[in-house]
Amino acid sequence: MNDSRKIIIRIGVVIVGIIFLIKLLSIQVLSDNYRLAAENNIIQRIIEYPYRGLIYDRNGELLVINNPMYDLMVVPMEVEVKDTAEFCSMFGIDKETFVEKYNAARKYSVIKPSIFIKQISNEEFARIQDKLISFKGFYISARSVREYPHPVLSNALGYIGEISKNQLDRDTTNYYRMGDYIGISGIESSYETALRGQRGVKKRMVNVRGVEQGLYKEGRLDTLSVPGSNLVSTIDLSLQQYAEKLLEGKVGSLVAIKPSTGEILSIVSAPSYDPNILTGREFSENFQTLSLDTAVPLFNRPIMAMYPPGSMFKTIQALIALQENVIDKDELIYSDGRLIGDLAPIGYYDVEEAITYSSNNYFFKVFRRIINQGEDPSPFIDARFGLERWRNYVVKFGLGITLDIDIPNPKSGYVPTVGYYDRVYGQNRWKFSNIYSLSIGQGETLVTPLQMANLGAILANKGYYYTPHIIKSIDDSGLPDPKYLIKNEVGIDSVHFNAVINGMEEVVRSGSGRRAYMPYIAVCGKTSTVENPHGEDHSGFMGFAPKDDPQIAIAVYVENAGWGGRAAASISSLVIEKYLTGEIKRKWLEDFVLKGDFLY
Amino acid sequence: MRRDSSILNQIDWLTIFVYGILVIMGWLNIYASVYQEGAGMNIFDFSLNSGKQLVWIGSTIIIFFIIVSIDFQFYESISYILYGIIVLMLIFVLLFGDKVSGARSWFEIGSFFKIQPSEFAKFITALAVARFISTPGFRFSSKRQITMVSALVIIPIMLILMQPDPGTALIYFSFIIVFYREGLSPLVLVIGILLVLIFISTIFINQIYIVIAIVAIAGIAIIFADKTFKRVASIVVIMLFTIGVTFSVDYFQSNVLKPHHQKRLRVLINPDSDPLGDGWNVTQSKIAIGSGQFWGKGFLNGTQTKFDFVPEQSTDFIFCTLGEEHGYIGTSLVIILFIFLILRIFYIAERQKSRFAQTYGYAVGSIIFFHFMINIGMTIGLFPVIGIPLPFFSYGGSSLWAFSILLFILLKLDAHRMQIFVR
Repeated sequence: MNDSRKIIIRIGVVIVGIIFLIKLLSIQVLSDNYRLAAENNIIQRIIEYPYRGLIYDRNGELLVINNPMYDLMVVPMEVEVKDTAEFCSMFGIDKETFVEKYNAARKYSVIKPSIFIKQISNEEFARIQDKLISFKGFYISARSVREYPHPVLSNALGYIGEISKNQLDRDTTNYYRMGDYIGISGIESSYETALRGQRGVKKRMVNVRGVEQGLYKEGRLDTLSVPGSNLVSTIDLSLQQYAEKLLEGKVGSLVAIKPSTGEILSIVSAPSYDPNILTGREFSENFQTLSLDTAVPLFNRPIMAMYPPGSMFKTIQALIALQENVIDKDELIYSDGRLIGDLAPIGYYDVEEAITYSSNNYFFKVFRRIINQGEDPSPFIDARFGLERWRNYVVKFGLGITLDIDIPNPKSGYVPTVGYYDRVYGQNRWKFSNIYSLSIGQGETLVTPLQMANLGAILANKGYYYTPHIIKSIDDSGLPDPKYLIKNEVGIDSVHFNAVINGMEEVVRSGSGRRAYMPYIAVCGKTSTVENPHGEDHSGFMGFAPKDDPQIAIAVYVENAGWGGRAAASISSLVIEKYLTGEIKRKWLEDFVLKGDFLY
Repeated sequence: MRRDSSILNQIDWLTIFVYGILVIMGWLNIYASVYQEGAGMNIFDFSLNSGKQLVWIGSTIIIFFIIVSIDFQFYESISYILYGIIVLMLIFVLLFGDKVSGARSWFEIGSFFKIQPSEFAKFITALAVARFISTPGFRFSSKRQITMVSALVIIPIMLILMQPDPGTALIYFSFIIVFYREGLSPLVLVIGILLVLIFISTIFINQIYIVIAIVAIAGIAIIFADKTFKRVASIVVIMLFTIGVTFSVDYFQSNVLKPHHQKRLRVLINPDSDPLGDGWNVTQSKIAIGSGQFWGKGFLNGTQTKFDFVPEQSTDFIFCTLGEEHGYIGTSLVIILFIFLILRIFYIAERQKSRFAQTYGYAVGSIIFFHFMINIGMTIGLFPVIGIPLPFFSYGGSSLWAFSILLFILLKLDAHRMQIFVR
């Protein structure tokens, strides 16, 4: 009996040994979790936030700078607050918030710092700096937020904010961490990678009390922060300020482009907001207010608002017709106002005069010639061929496609396709008479103000454009993104432009755009009165100046402001004058615009 | 001199060898656990735990020679006297001892020298129990003798519980193995295990369910057992007894066990239930050991232990330092060494001709086994956190001396095994 007992005892001892060996195998060899947990224990990542790149205007004026801000960090294990009430009053929080924040930090980690109060301003920091010493476990961590010395260009510049959960999940580069700032809209978003620089991480070993114990792996894994690239914008600050002043109190957009390069000189979205309110601690509150505003100030109109082009579109029609050789530049076509409503007097028009007087009937006939070229005896099939051919031209003018501008989310507008009419009317059940309103820029076609300004640049260049862009130089390169150095030909021979341009000059000299006339600058332009079924018509103007050596192309839309010849032409003219001469001689016109009473 | 050398020839040097390896490994790990990088430390520095431990280790050599040179029959004859002295010391320590981390278990003599009587009580109790069991005519069938031999163990348990030091007290339950080997009915073992299971389950399960389960098991037993009156009656008695235990356990828990002890038991089952509070030690201990992976981080390269994430690193949690710096290679080697040592001790015990030496040998093996099982089990999350040292490994003079004396007396007795007449 005792022999079996001695065996049982030994077996018991061996079993305990085997259990230990198996358990150790599972935690030491088969699981990696403990190794990771150990690193997590001792490694404290000290993030060095890089300096976010600055943004200058084309003349070296600062548009966006950084402003120091301070985050109050807490290490729960070290916290010793004798007088909670004093602490709370110092930071303007109540007791519950304090407890709530403290518990949240504790839940995250007792030994690792977490943010307690975000974005304490410089002034506030100066006030609390001395008192902070008496509250153990609280530290200050410097961050920077954006500041805008001139409260303009808000929609184009965009804003930065804390990265959202969604963005964090979608970040395949694994660069961002919770609480990081990221460009959310505008330039801040489209140039995020250039602006943000490279975050530096220093890995320190800490003991259980969070006391530093030296470098992790002798600092071999540490990285230095690389400051973000500075950007030089194409914007002319003083022009921008002036343009925004002119559009104040109105709803609309203005885009001015330098035709020879595609550089955006000014881009205005009205109504706007002060970009400074979307920085700092009031961000969420102010953002809420802005997004609930019925005037939608966050809507970036120049690239997102879509309107029928109206009469501006006649310039394109004329060029296509000339290129297709369906009209001759001196050919006179009779316009009697019977085909389509018309404000132009009855008579014979050549292409130049048709532009000047904006003859609807002339362009009705011209468009019919473009569409129906007799390729097929059936007018239905002929119209299909015609529309396809026409559309190919239009698209080359940058319409119906998204111009690859460096501000996020530009709209493409719309140029109807054969497929579209097939869906509406049925295949081979539509012909020219169904689509004639396209001839005068009404109907289904939709464009953005940016596309129209680009049209102005195409006309100024007599046949090509550079994709409009707002950043002309990244860092010290002096060059924009390479895609903005590509010349886009529109497929119209330059000789055909002269007649159209002459007509546009005459529009300003004696036609609907007379308010844009200046004796000292030859402005070429075309007005649009965009039919608006919901209210007053929208006022539009597209043009460039000076005629012989174009320096600026412009498009302006003012919503519910009636005739294109009034609001839009006046604003365009003032902006052109300001840009080319640096001063305004026509105070009366400026007063007219600032008063904003365009309808009567 | 001739006689001395012949005795040294009889000593089981294999055991001494394994003992020596464990002590040296312990010493190196003690140094690793206090080591601070760049502080210009020296393993021999007497202000460090490692330097002090070296003094203790050196002194065990003297102890060895003292023990070997004393007549082997002296240990049996003096056992009751020593037992009386140690019981008095355990009483005195309750009255005059120094309170260290909540327990009154230390005598402080001067500023450097501290002793913990409960450590020495282990080998003395082992001697006394061995002497009692080896008394001619002792039988485990005699209730009176069972009671008396149990009393020898229970008296120190009660005194140590009063300090209170439940961890050390728990070690005395290792004598169950000795009793079992020497003839105690295995029923006692089974009942003991059952009681522990009920004890643990009442912490997690409402006692109503336990009572229902007991009644159900008893019911099934009655259905399948022979339906004699005696059998049914005994099942019912056992059932009522167990139910009684359930309720008394409940009383014990809420009145004797402190909340932090209960928590520790809960944490054992699920350390993540409170990872920053009571689960902290278990979690950090497992992280340290687990992060050593297969090969370990290398001597003095441990981070978890060095940066104080693991508590009591040079004493109760010394195994963490080993696991972190020497990986699975180190931990499995130490476990194999311990198992080998324990089996060797049981082997030595079995080859004794005197019942005194055999019983004492089993006590030595069982005490070391319990320490090994509870200490390592605690560090890898298989046992609740109970503060007892890992034999030969942990820092501490009292503990090293006590274990060394415990082992050396057995080796001395073993060296003379041929001089005993079988009674």
